[in-house]
Amino acid sequence: MAEIKSDHILDAKGMACPMPIVKTKKEIESIEAGKVLLVEATDPGSKADIKAWAERAGHQYLGTNEEGDTLKHYIRKASEEEAEGETSFENVVNNDELKQKLSDGVATVIDVRESAEYAFGHIPGAKSIPLGELDSKIDELNNEDDIYVVCRTGNRSDLAAKKLSEKGYKNVTNVVPGMSEWDGDVEKA
Amino acid sequence: MSFKKLTVDELAKKVVNQENLFLLDVRNEDAFEDWKVESDSFEHLNKPYFDLMDGIEPIQDQIPEDQDVAVICAKGGSSEFVAEQLVDAGFDDVYSVEGGMKAWSEHLEPVKIGDLEGNGELYQFVRLGKGCLSYMVISDGEAAVIDATRMVDTFINFAEEKGAKIKYALDTHLHADHISGGRKIAEQTGATYYLPPKDAEELQFEYEPIEDGNEIQVGSSKIDVQALYSPGHTIGSTSFIVDEKYLMSGDILFVQSIGRPDLAGKAEDWVGDLRTTLYERYKELSDDLVVLPAHFSFKEELNNDGSVQEKLGVLFEKNDGLQVEDEDEFRKMVTENLPPQPNSHQKIRFTNMGKETPDEEEQREMEVGPNRCAVR
Repeated sequence: MAEIKSDHILDAKGMACPMPIVKTKKEIESIEAGKVLLVEATDPGSKADIKAWAERAGHQYLGTNEEGDTLKHYIRKASEEEAEGETSFENVVNNDELKQKLSDGVATVIDVRESAEYAFGHIPGAKSIPLGELDSKIDELNNEDDIYVVCRTGNRSDLAAKKLSEKGYKNVTNVVPGMSEWDGDVEKA
Repeated sequence: MSFKKLTVDELAKKVVNQENLFLLDVRNEDAFEDWKVESDSFEHLNKPYFDLMDGIEPIQDQIPEDQDVAVICAKGGSSEFVAEQLVDAGFDDVYSVEGGMKAWSEHLEPVKIGDLEGNGELYQFVRLGKGCLSYMVISDGEAAVIDATRMVDTFINFAEEKGAKIKYALDTHLHADHISGGRKIAEQTGATYYLPPKDAEELQFEYEPIEDGNEIQVGSSKIDVQALYSPGHTIGSTSFIVDEKYLMSGDILFVQSIGRPDLAGKAEDWVGDLRTTLYERYKELSDDLVVLPAHFSFKEELNNDGSVQEKLGVLFEKNDGLQVEDEDEFRKMVTENLPPQPNSHQKIRFTNMGKETPDEEEQREMEVGPNRCAVR
């Protein structure tokens, strides 16, 4: 598996319970909402605990990779904006409608979540362009394609869809809610 | 004021003596649900430590002020953290269980089962945290250990205290729920390790086969350990009859349940053997034999003295697993709706075969959780 991108790294290797969680809690307070924190730990118990803690604290537990004795936990800090889930881009489909488009073979899916979120599960064939990189990668998209923009809750994809539309892309649709409730096929890596 | 430490030894005494204790388990909910300290005299509360990092307000109202409170976690670190918080909040009698559930899982409580022919004695080692039962037959300076767990020092030291040398280490079958200490005891004491040959086909180290009709004599007073082939939980499962009084039934027959045939992935093949063993071979034995199984699963199986034992005749009347007249119904019972398999059971089997050699820390992790060898 290719290296997964993170914005911050916390070294909790060699620490025993409860320290990995104590440190993670402290660290995440200092980072920006929506950013991805990688916690490297060696305590096998940290896996279940980080997941449970993150879910209660409202953060997004993305997943854990094991490299030798090191557990690499990826957490994305909660963002209030996304939680509100308001979208304003007019052209919208729901998850089931996207599934139909995919089976018809006419949809190009752009996943604008962070690459770590993408790595732990995305729609097969979806192209990863994190929202923050959209400006620099916008030329990779074809104006003729039927573009469906997806994120976790429909909020970031709303912003991305607006941006694409402003740049002159004609066939842009926002997928709401997106990956948080996606029950179709997913692939990892 | 600071919190005090409670050893798992002390915790075990409280379980056996049915003392009252308020036990706050700060592992996460899944872990608690899966496996916890079992006792009727304890009051339990589960609240993960990560919900208590800013203080114990979320549960302050639920903790009694006039009772001992012990905190337990997975390994003993988080419980100290929470115990500290309790002390800060003004609670007086606060304990942290040293080593947590891991240490609890490794604690063995020796209980004397009875005297044997001559000067012989029989002990049961109750692993309260995991439900494993091991045995030691001692006679005239010699000892045999049956179904030893991996905490071999406990057995070796116990024999030494009794002035006995361990000459034999036997397993009733290839275990899938816990790591056997038989091989290590043999290595450390020069004892001979015995295993039924049908369970030893993939074994990677030296052993002595023990088969139907074999006898092993412990000490000069000649206590017989008689092997009785009793397949079903595994294809090699063998029971031992000790001193014509005790039936060590391995994982074939428990006090309130019977063994499951599926842990090597061969439920359909072995279910017939299991039935023959329980309904025919055991039936021919004396009702007065005292059944000593390799496990217990329910705290009701613990007697008041902390032992697990019952007469075979009583089990033929009361154990649900022995009352199923219809063969199809029996087949259904032991192959369908089984409880989840024990954690890491495949890896544990490979370790007991000598195919894998995890270090001690890994062995501990593999054994976390209940034994789940039974169906009822």
